[in-house]
Amino acid sequence: MSVAQPSMGSRPTTPSSRRGEGWGEGASLRSLSNLVQRSIHTARRSDMVHSEPCPITPTRSPKGRGSKRLKLIGFIVMLTLALAANLASAQAIDPLPFRDHAEELRFQHLTSELRCLVCQDENLADSNADFARDLRHKVFELMQEGKSDAEIKQYLVDRYSDFVLYDPPVNPRTWLLWFGPLLILVAGGVVVASTIRKRARAGTPAAPTENGDDW
Amino acid sequence: MSRMLPFFAFVLLAALLGFGIWWNSAHDPTAVPSPLINKPAPAFALPRLDEPAQTVSKASMLGKPYLVNVFASWCFACGEEHPVLMTEAKNLGVPVIGYDYKDDPNDARTWLAQHGNPYDTVIADPSGRTAIDFGVYGAPETFLIDGKGVIRYKRIGPLTPEVIAQQLEPAIQALQKEMP
Repeated sequence: MSVAQPSMGSRPTTPSSRRGEGWGEGASLRSLSNLVQRSIHTARRSDMVHSEPCPITPTRSPKGRGSKRLKLIGFIVMLTLALAANLASAQAIDPLPFRDHAEELRFQHLTSELRCLVCQDENLADSNADFARDLRHKVFELMQEGKSDAEIKQYLVDRYSDFVLYDPPVNPRTWLLWFGPLLILVAGGVVVASTIRKRARAGTPAAPTENGDDW
Repeated sequence: MSRMLPFFAFVLLAALLGFGIWWNSAHDPTAVPSPLINKPAPAFALPRLDEPAQTVSKASMLGKPYLVNVFASWCFACGEEHPVLMTEAKNLGVPVIGYDYKDDPNDARTWLAQHGNPYDTVIADPSGRTAIDFGVYGAPETFLIDGKGVIRYKRIGPLTPEVIAQQLEPAIQALQKEMP
């Protein structure tokens, strides 16, 4: 829900004649179209083929505003919107002369694991920032030189530090990050275990019924 | 004792929160640390903004420390930094190279004509390709490079009088002490 909603709300592509019907249809329809949108999104992610915006345009019916028809029209409008929003926010369209589809997939995979340093919550593949485009071109260039994924990542890490990787590497500086949660879990387990053991030894029931411990 | 345990847990969490707030206000969480500090600067050869036929390269700059200040006419923060450079650049004791980053050379020339030129030399990198080697991801950024071509200090973001007094000048003085 949260993924699709903001972009749909802000899209200026609403066909003006349809707007009232489309948006008035309530939450069930909206979530349905979100579902559609998300599945389209997933499909696009796994198979990066840039296509032209799908020319689905709702046809206006002359009469008969039965609730079923209204729903259908609303659904079509939402679908159109969803598609429009999706295509607009698609991975930054940036035609590069890939040799074949496999190379393109490799490029997409690699850039999705690299952080855009300007807009730091986006990866290189998705970012429209000018700088992200430069780095994408650099990645492409290094690929053409026959560099491996690891070499390309190392090239960027040498210049932009580990920060450029979305997955922080395991090293002494990130041990706390990687193993901290486990440490807390173990500590919690120790506390629970020692409490249980203490209570079992004292012979008290697990839940004290009437004493001062009301926290 | 066990009745005090929640209190201690609360104090611990509050201390953690306080530490987090302090840490993030004392450090810029979005600043990308440069792995290039104390590493050789990348080789570069870029045309001069005023004389595109002439190039300035890493090799031609060897021998004396210098400052590289990445700027652009489109960069808002550079406009804030500019007056500081106008007053301070000449007092730093090292040449200041302006690095015009991803900019139209004409725009840059106009910008410098309007606001003044604090630089000893200005080099232009319209494509931003060399800047990737420097680990530049925005402007302004400033590098201090020593006589052997090693990056000794980097500032991400505008230079302010405080930054110059507290960080840059000590770094320059340290370099000048090393000089024979």
